[in-house]
Amino acid sequence: MPLFEAVLLALQTIRTQKLKSFFTMLGVCIGVTFLIAVVSIVEGMSEYMENDLVGKLIAVNTFEVRSRPNFTPGNMSEETWREFQRRPRIMEQDIAPIAAALPPEALWAPMSSDGNIAATTLTGRPKAVQAYNTTRTYFDIKKMGVTSGRVFSPQEDAMGSLVVVIGKDVKDHFFENVDPIGRELRLGNLPYTVIGVAESQGSALGQSFDKFIVAPFASPLRRLTNRQRGVVDAVMVKSPTEAIMNATMADVGEVMRSVRKLRPGQKDNFVLETSSSALSFFAKIKQYMLLAGVVLPAIGLIVGAIVIMNIMLVAVAERTREIGVRKSLGARRRDIMAQFLVESTTLSVLGAAIGVALGAALAKTIAAVTPLPASVALWSVIVAVVVGAGVGIIAGVYPASRASRLDPVVALRSE
Amino acid sequence: MSSPTAPEALTVTAERRVVTTAQGDAPEKDWVIVTRGITRQYEMGGEIVRALRGVDLAVRRNEYVAIMGPSGSGKSTLMNLIGCLDTPSSGEYWLNGQQVSKMSDDALAQVRNKEIGFVFQTFNLLPRATALQNVELPLVYAGVSSGERKRRAAQALERVQLAERMSHKPNELSGGQRQRVAIARALVNEPSILLADEPTGNLDSQTSEEIMRVFESLAAQGQTVIMVTHEPDIAAHARRVVVLRDGVIASDDSADVYRSSRSGHGH
Repeated sequence: MPLFEAVLLALQTIRTQKLKSFFTMLGVCIGVTFLIAVVSIVEGMSEYMENDLVGKLIAVNTFEVRSRPNFTPGNMSEETWREFQRRPRIMEQDIAPIAAALPPEALWAPMSSDGNIAATTLTGRPKAVQAYNTTRTYFDIKKMGVTSGRVFSPQEDAMGSLVVVIGKDVKDHFFENVDPIGRELRLGNLPYTVIGVAESQGSALGQSFDKFIVAPFASPLRRLTNRQRGVVDAVMVKSPTEAIMNATMADVGEVMRSVRKLRPGQKDNFVLETSSSALSFFAKIKQYMLLAGVVLPAIGLIVGAIVIMNIMLVAVAERTREIGVRKSLGARRRDIMAQFLVESTTLSVLGAAIGVALGAALAKTIAAVTPLPASVALWSVIVAVVVGAGVGIIAGVYPASRASRLDPVVALRSE
Repeated sequence: MSSPTAPEALTVTAERRVVTTAQGDAPEKDWVIVTRGITRQYEMGGEIVRALRGVDLAVRRNEYVAIMGPSGSGKSTLMNLIGCLDTPSSGEYWLNGQQVSKMSDDALAQVRNKEIGFVFQTFNLLPRATALQNVELPLVYAGVSSGERKRRAAQALERVQLAERMSHKPNELSGGQRQRVAIARALVNEPSILLADEPTGNLDSQTSEEIMRVFESLAAQGQTVIMVTHEPDIAAHARRVVVLRDGVIASDDSADVYRSSRSGHGH
């Protein structure tokens, strides 16, 4: 019997026994639902991490010269941590050699940052902000524009003037109904003048990226963002194209090694952090989450397979006479085998398909009511359907082979 | 050998001896069924039951034969063997020139598909399928394409005057109509023999007559028909009656005896 007709026959059988078929599919359906939901959320989170979280903190084609990684895995060993602590910091005098090694079109900016700087006005409540000391090139590297006002002028940069560009949340906190440009914001007891409001940088996982202020690198704020004199958190470098990004990184690495006087064979005591290197720690977390997201549904699928096998055995027993009739009309073993295999596989693929729909709906619901993002991955849908078919085939083999081996004389006599 | 005359009781018996002497050889083309000393025994509750103890039966093309016998005589076993649902414990069975007694399960399935059309006492139609779909089934297993199948199944239903009931399911049909659907299904693949097992056992006498008329007209059109029954009235419709008793053939006569007396079991 051609496969297409066999599937039609199976669907017909399933339709005449709706409730039973529904319960038969339930196991596979639930398994696939959770598979799709978990994978969608993990995928959604990782997309968010890549495009929004880390992507926004470290811009495209950009790397940061740091003494140790900014994004570190949570399960870092004691030894690694100690080694990171022993590393020399990036010094202001390192900036010039790095800048000299860059291709002319490359952008660079030194940067120091601290997340707990209290900002206040004379009237408003104080607010903790992420404070950055950097140069005006920072705005070019980040492609960060202003919605009102302007960024620092070269003179302000050079003189370390008391001016700040503020993030949208900071503006909303202090200057909700007034134009902030030209107003005063106090940082470390010094009055800074607001000269610009940056475009909103969005948020990830419920965390806003707009709670920041940016002041010129040479401004007195640097004593708060980095308390050791002459030390810089990072030098940000933006390569003009993706193509020469690696070459630029190699050049800067060489310069740093010579500045640090490292002998060949000695390991780097600094890092060139890119968005992908920052993401590597997340990749590890993602692996564990995906493993859980696959193992737990697998239990559902195994239960589903056992249920299908049982129901198919019952079906074979119930339809012994039908099998006898079919055999008397010329059905060979493989015809009977195929009929029941196709039936169990159709059931289970149908269950998987419903599971895909439910899983996608579940993921979207979770995405809607919690800060967790979700994105249904095509591969997970394909895996779900293939696994569904596999479960059906595996669960169907034993009942189908029993059906195919029935003696037609005995089968015809059964009631 | 004798000339192919009408299968009168005595000549049939004589010819049967002729064809069954050549053990191991294929019978002549005209003989659609030849069994040579077939036996069938099986175990039941630790006891060996000898259902058939050596049956020599020869049926010519176009014959209309009734197999009779009381229950336990072995007629169901013989019918299963003739229908290739079962294989003999010993002896030879030639069906349409092929020795089927030693075939594998799948080969037997193909023989059943091509050579045999079954009609059962309980009709054995698939309850969820329409009359047309039921009739199509043998063609499905013969690998006939869907369009051709529908055409031939419709034709077979027309032959049993059920053309307007094609899309009805069995539970929407009367007993007689169901049996006619079963007959159409048996005929659809143009089998060598139509094998009916108590075809009127579940029908009232009026409907039984109606079904017997269908068999008669098929036999008149040249279809070989073998019918297992325990009712002399029904057997009387055949042209030849074979009576089994205790696993052997007790008599093999023209059906005239039953037609005249309409009573008693053979001799």
